[in-house]
Amino acid sequence: MDSPLRLIVSNPVDRLARTIEALLVVASAPLTVAEIAGAVEDDAERVETALGLLRERFAEGRSGIVLEHVAGGYAFRASRDAADACARLFERPVERGLSQAALETLAIVAYLGPCSRPEIARIRGVAADSAVASLLERGLIVEAGRELEAGGAVRYRTTPLFERVFALESLAALPRLDDLGEGDELRKRLLDVASARAS
Amino acid sequence: MSASAVRELELDLDAFEGPFDLLLTLLLKEALEPREVDVAGIVLAFLERLAEREELDLEACGEFLILISALLELKARALFPEEAVELDALEPEEAAEELARRLAEYRRMKEAAIWLRERLGSEGERWFRLGPAPFAPKIERTLAPQDPPVLAAALRGLGTPPPKVSLSHMALRFPPVSQFLERFRRLLSRRACFDFDSEIEGLSRVEQAVAFLALLELRKAGEIALSQPAPFAPIRVSALADERISAWTARSA
Repeated sequence: MDSPLRLIVSNPVDRLARTIEALLVVASAPLTVAEIAGAVEDDAERVETALGLLRERFAEGRSGIVLEHVAGGYAFRASRDAADACARLFERPVERGLSQAALETLAIVAYLGPCSRPEIARIRGVAADSAVASLLERGLIVEAGRELEAGGAVRYRTTPLFERVFALESLAALPRLDDLGEGDELRKRLLDVASARAS
Repeated sequence: MSASAVRELELDLDAFEGPFDLLLTLLLKEALEPREVDVAGIVLAFLERLAEREELDLEACGEFLILISALLELKARALFPEEAVELDALEPEEAAEELARRLAEYRRMKEAAIWLRERLGSEGERWFRLGPAPFAPKIERTLAPQDPPVLAAALRGLGTPPPKVSLSHMALRFPPVSQFLERFRRLLSRRACFDFDSEIEGLSRVEQAVAFLALLELRKAGEIALSQPAPFAPIRVSALADERISAWTARSA
């Protein structure tokens, strides 16, 4: 006689949770609540209830699989306990060998995007062609239209993959720019030099 | 060498002689052309000062790098006029503030890049599936209910060669001019004159054209005279006597 591997109470929400679990196994990118609701033909509120059940069931430390809320959706990943084994078998092509220039370009696109290569070059002080090409190839940024004027440069924005790689629920999860660096201090130092002699 | 010592670094350049901070102030106030400043000379002066000391002063080096970077940007903009419009329009203090703003913006982005790198490090234990985008469901093209006999008839229709299109109506058959020559001569042998339009009434356009050609031939041979009271009025054809031929010729001339 067949018996379930886990003792699961067969109520409607649990049946829904099992279906969502299956969808998340098949998906290669995070699924939004709306996408899941469309696939299971159920309302979003019940889907969120079922997802709560799954998050509890697939919490870190409880299973080899962890359900995380990332890049605006829900996705499975391996538990941190299995990271070493994963590293021996798999590659990380997206983030491997990201140069400082690429990371600076990525930061500019993430915070100021959509933005164009000339805008990136103006901030970094050097051409951004190579870094942009590398980020495009990795799938961390994509084209997002052109600047408004005629013949405007192509603009770029970050992708959901960027949010997933950096474990961000959304771009809003990035730290505030004001909390980074010491811009005011630098400004003060330059102005001091300029005004000290004049006064 | 402290950070303040960098500002007081004594320079002996072709275009300027004095402390570094005075040079920067003159540049920002546009009292000195950036293109005249030998940046390499400033760097050499700094390196010489640095070499005199046994220890490496990182704070002084950092301060010098920031100031020399700002100076380099000023010089670069002066060398490329189209790029310099923005800064030229500003007062020296505003230009300094603009430069500082840009440097601060870049520094914040560098800090953001550092944060991203640290984030990559801390999240390095997260492994997840990377794959192509999942297949979207295929949309099935549904057909309206079809009747097999109707479909068979449609296919048969495709297999039947279409009827050959007749081009017979396009063929032009010209009756001989001689036919009308004889006809008009016979007519004139019985009557002194006739009305051309009423004679050709009922004929096809091609036959009417050939009949007109015959008329011109008879006129050319001097056998007939032609008269038409007004444009598009009926053409009157009459047999021509010798004296009338002369009169007609004189009138035509």
